[in-house]
Amino acid sequence: MPIWRLGIWWFLGSEIVIFGGLIVSYLLLRLHHPEWGSEAAHTLTWVGATNTVVLLTSSLTVILAHQGFERGDLDRARRFMGLTILLGLVFLGFKSYEYSHEIRNGLVPAKSLFWSFYYLMTGLHGLHVIGGLVANAVVFRGLGKGLNARRVESVGIYWHFVDVVWIYLFPLLYIASSGGAK
Amino acid sequence: MDTKESFLRKYVFSVDHKTIGLQYLITGLVMALVGGLFAYGFRSQLAWPNEPVLGFGQVDPDLYNSLVTMHGTIMVFWVAMPILLSGFGNYVLPLMIGAKDMAFPRLNMMSYWTFFLSTVVLLSSFFFPGGPAKFGWTGYPPLSAQPGFSGVFWGGHLWILAIALEFASMLMGGINFLTTTLSLRAPGMSLFRMPILVWMLDIASIIFMFSVGPLIAGAFMLLADRLFNTGFFLPAAGGDPLLFQHLFWFFGHPEVYVLLLPALGILAEIYPAFSRKPLFGYKMIIYATIVAGALSFIVWAHHQFISGIDPRLATPFSITTIIISVPFAIAVFSYIATLWRGSIRLTAAMLFALGMMAEFLIGGVTGIFNGSAAADIYLHDTYFVLAHFHYTLFPITVMAGLAGLYYWFPKMFGRHMNEFWGKVHFWTTTISFNVVFLPLFAIGLAGHQRRIFDPSLFDYIAKYQYLHVIATIGLIVMIIAQVPFLLNFFISMRKGKVAERNPWRATTLEWVTPSPPGHGNFETDPVVYRGPYDYSLPGLKDRDFINQAETL
Repeated sequence: MPIWRLGIWWFLGSEIVIFGGLIVSYLLLRLHHPEWGSEAAHTLTWVGATNTVVLLTSSLTVILAHQGFERGDLDRARRFMGLTILLGLVFLGFKSYEYSHEIRNGLVPAKSLFWSFYYLMTGLHGLHVIGGLVANAVVFRGLGKGLNARRVESVGIYWHFVDVVWIYLFPLLYIASSGGAK
Repeated sequence: MDTKESFLRKYVFSVDHKTIGLQYLITGLVMALVGGLFAYGFRSQLAWPNEPVLGFGQVDPDLYNSLVTMHGTIMVFWVAMPILLSGFGNYVLPLMIGAKDMAFPRLNMMSYWTFFLSTVVLLSSFFFPGGPAKFGWTGYPPLSAQPGFSGVFWGGHLWILAIALEFASMLMGGINFLTTTLSLRAPGMSLFRMPILVWMLDIASIIFMFSVGPLIAGAFMLLADRLFNTGFFLPAAGGDPLLFQHLFWFFGHPEVYVLLLPALGILAEIYPAFSRKPLFGYKMIIYATIVAGALSFIVWAHHQFISGIDPRLATPFSITTIIISVPFAIAVFSYIATLWRGSIRLTAAMLFALGMMAEFLIGGVTGIFNGSAAADIYLHDTYFVLAHFHYTLFPITVMAGLAGLYYWFPKMFGRHMNEFWGKVHFWTTTISFNVVFLPLFAIGLAGHQRRIFDPSLFDYIAKYQYLHVIATIGLIVMIIAQVPFLLNFFISMRKGKVAERNPWRATTLEWVTPSPPGHGNFETDPVVYRGPYDYSLPGLKDRDFINQAETL
């Protein structure tokens, strides 16, 4: 395995346990707090669902970018990298709409433990999205100058990780409303 | 070449793993002195509660708590980690596997400077209103979660931030070690020809990497509790302070092995070289260590036997805690078998290596008491526990660290340290260390709790006050005993006896390079022909060792 690919996998290994720690803490406390189910009903499920689609699509485009690189078609790689960045920005746009909507309705981190977890987990995920976007932008710029095209793969792996984390967060925070939702 | 720029490149923003290793070592040594001075501050307060402490003035409970907190934090995270894992790891690992440098040299540089920044952040907390963190080195909530409880606002934030930066730096280092080991080994250096130290550093990096995440998550929650009034660790808000203890010790106990493994690795290099015998049970040590690494993830709750966890949980955690001593016993027996009938040379490095094992045995044996829930319920949070973990961490960090320093010093600087002063340093340090901590076992068994600012306030422990006095005198001697070492270290760097390439006639790869090795490490790319510990092979006529890179 090339050095850089090995490096990124070790890096992701350490990232997984950070989110793992948060998710396990959430689950353990969730078992003691059935009322979180009705609190979760106040999240904007349609925004969460849309964002899930957006993020999943961006995982596809990052693969297509990688495919372009493998075929030696750097223009295609660049086009799909650009699309990935765009989708990432759309995700953040929805996210900030969602945050502001919630905060206006008094659903702030200190309201209850559920909202503390909600903001901490989605916030940390959002920071990873921003980090991924910066990395993607650097690679995008490099592609334009014909530099270091193999980095498409390493940022792609990282972008998938960001996507996978979201796939866990979405059901845990948005749709696990255990019946009695109001 | 522009000399001005190359000075910065060479000594400050170096990408050479050897310089980075030395940067870590020296930062760690400086912080050891800082942590030691803090220990002197609160230990003097304990011995003479009503007298002002020379250099600190009258120690009030606030200052006492700050000193205790910062001593623990510094010694574990800013001394033991950088010296054992990052310092020796960076310096020795690429040399031992025949690599020219780390896999990611620039990441390596970044990891040191992130660490340096964390040091600055930690120490800067002394200059903020309210002073540094006072909630103990474990940062347990609710003391740490609500500034109102500990009276510290900025100090606590900076403490969390410094720890986070430190962990980020160590993660970068761990990624580098593992990637380097897996990708950059010299031809012929199969995994089972790597020196034990390399194995130990890698397993320690894996343990660190997979245990620290939950604590980072816990740190985020703690910071949110402090800054945004969330209630992750606040029962009134539905949270649970015990959760933090789980997250902390899920990392905190494996951390002990993160430190122990490099120390055992250093011993595995020194014992064969100074007893002229091959290491006994090479593969057995590796397998045992892997088992210990896996077990280390399921022992954490023995720190919480009296915290209100379900007693049914205490039994499995007692069992795993006691089982984990078996793989380490295997390693220790292998080391003893290595020494058995060897022609032992008592150099300063060897003395420290032997001292490490002798002291560590006391730490290990007393650990059994704490590991068993029944005994621990009585001993928990007493000076017995404190003495126990100082008997494990002191030998690991100080004795093994110094053994490594005396051993690789000729490689690092091309000169020898003075052996006579090295031996003086060893005996004074060892004796004074025991004077400090043996009495504390007795105080602990008498029921003396930790973190009591003035023991004379309690009748049942006041009669043991003389033991505090003895321990404190021991500590003062121990600090003074480091003066000959520091002088020896800095004077030998310039004026010591010039060392040849392989002064100890050792077998691992780092000894075929010049002392000190230049950038790129090896003059010709090494090829490895044999395992790492070929001492006293039958059939060799003129010498008793053969280096990994030599053919017969």
